Amino acid sequence: MQNDNSKHEHHVTGYGTYILVWLALIALTSITVTVSGIDFGMAALGIALFIAAIKSALVINIFMHIKFDEAIFKVFLLVSLFTLLVIFILTFFDVVNR
Amino acid sequence: MSNGTVAATEKNFYEEGTSRHKGILGWLLSTDHKRIGLMYLVTIASFFIVGVIIGVFMRLELIAPGPTIMEAQTYNTLFTLHGVIMIFLFIIPGLPAIFGNFFLPLQLGAKDVAFPRLNLLSYWIYLIGAFLVLLSLVLPGGPIDTGWTFYIPYSVRSTTNVSLAIFAAFVLGFSSILTGLNFITTVHRLRAPGMTFFRMPLFVWSTYATAWIQVIATPVIGITILLVIIERAFGVGIFDPALGGDPILFQHLFWIYSHPAVYIMILPAMGVVSEIIPTFARRTIFGYKAIAMSSLAIAFVGYLVWAHHMFTSGISDTARWIFSLLTFIVALPSGVKVFNWVATLYKGSIDPKPPFLWVMNFIVLFSIGGLTGLVVGSLSTDIHLHDTYFVVAHFHYVMFGGTGTIFFAALYYWFPKMFGKSYNIKLANVGVALFFIAFNMLYFPKFILGYMGMPRRYFDYLPEFQSLQLVSTIGSWLMLITMIIVFGNLIHSLFKGKKSHSNPWGGVTLEWHTSSPPPLENFHEIPTVNHEPYDFSQLKEMDYESK
Repeated sequence: MQNDNSKHEHHVTGYGTYILVWLALIALTSITVTVSGIDFGMAALGIALFIAAIKSALVINIFMHIKFDEAIFKVFLLVSLFTLLVIFILTFFDVVNR
Repeated sequence: MSNGTVAATEKNFYEEGTSRHKGILGWLLSTDHKRIGLMYLVTIASFFIVGVIIGVFMRLELIAPGPTIMEAQTYNTLFTLHGVIMIFLFIIPGLPAIFGNFFLPLQLGAKDVAFPRLNLLSYWIYLIGAFLVLLSLVLPGGPIDTGWTFYIPYSVRSTTNVSLAIFAAFVLGFSSILTGLNFITTVHRLRAPGMTFFRMPLFVWSTYATAWIQVIATPVIGITILLVIIERAFGVGIFDPALGGDPILFQHLFWIYSHPAVYIMILPAMGVVSEIIPTFARRTIFGYKAIAMSSLAIAFVGYLVWAHHMFTSGISDTARWIFSLLTFIVALPSGVKVFNWVATLYKGSIDPKPPFLWVMNFIVLFSIGGLTGLVVGSLSTDIHLHDTYFVVAHFHYVMFGGTGTIFFAALYYWFPKMFGKSYNIKLANVGVALFFIAFNMLYFPKFILGYMGMPRRYFDYLPEFQSLQLVSTIGSWLMLITMIIVFGNLIHSLFKGKKSHSNPWGGVTLEWHTSSPPPLENFHEIPTVNHEPYDFSQLKEMDYESK
């Protein structure tokens, strides 16, 4: 494993980027909280999920380094995301038609 | 697979460990996958025995209507404990943690799993989880009484130690995830030269599919448990309708994990069946690729059927027919396996040794369990049978008749490899036969009782149910005797058994190419694989002589 790691360079992310992403996450959290106070009806859930998706994309790509890593990790991540999507769709067959 | 043999003088893994410590610490701190597998075996088998004893007490209470040996609240606690112990401490970790740990690296021709220290950590996390379950029994508040499914709103309102007990399940989940992660990486990175994916033994395939479920599904139960704890501690209305929550959301989240968990339990068992049948039929497995792919198909479709546990909970009609349809689809890959196993036996040279007989038990009992699953997977019949003994009978046929039976099959198949000892074959055969009788006496009456309307989890019942309840209780006594014979035979052999041949059954997968018990790093030199996994022409190269 040691040999494998030395073959490709590790991407180094600067503190500036981390702080910027952190501020973005805080800003997005504030937006989620604010939006929850406004009555958007059924759209409210969609908006909340959309903001949450942006936040998790930031965390996964930057904090968890997936953006700079090997393709296989992206494949594994996509398998999980696909499963999550299927679970969401199937759950909504219940919630929307109740 | 020619050069994986070991010099007779080399030390085995009992004589040489990875830790500098000797004695008990040499085991508890060992990163050797075989020692970790055996530690799991001892721990998990102990919990299984506790679960069996609780079950026998429950059956004794039900021998006659009205209170017999305990009060109703004690009964509630016992059925919850029986469920929690059997599901979270025995059957979910069971086959992957014991036999996956011990045999996955051996069957792949690897020296160990990919992350040996993480493997030891998984074991310790399992122990901590188990300790928390036990702690929840003795702390003020009393043992949990919600049933192992922790349904809302009762689990939010119960004054028993629900939070601690479900936190224990949360901790146990981590053990499961880390084991899964380890196995996926091991399969991808540590296969011996020549071991392509389609030369992997089918136990490896099924353990691999299981590992994916462990990694992807388990976090869902983790999050759900945390939400219940938050709701109990701070009164946040997530699930409890009195606080503005949605109780059906809990059921969705719970079963999004717990249904795939059923496949965590059964898939490795199906893998063991696919190992044992070719060995004792002396014939390559029929439909290797179909069986391998059906494992992945079960793992995937298994995610899509969870709401069939919720047909009467008030979910939408659209969701009900979709989930019923998907449930019927998951029966297809299971059917593919059963037909392929039976086809393997056709014109085989069958040698009915105890592991094979256990598998025959499995095929009958699991088929009954699977087919009655379709009865409760159908919308109309489920309305009648939901929450009755029929469901209890169905899942005991699948879980105990399926995975439980294969736990014994695997133990009797690999015992000579794990311990280097042979056991009493005649007594083992008696154990298998008694198991079949005891099992059907214990659980088959429940199908009829359920059909007649006997609800599950009830402490009392109407007089007309008594004769069948009595048959079931007598079955539980016979089952206890069977367990004593089955475990007693192995424990006796451990101390007094004759030394076993390194390949007593004439198996050809890689674990049979090394000595019994195997050396610390499994093989004298890394084996090169140049055969299909169940190619019995190898037996000549291996100098195997059938006795």
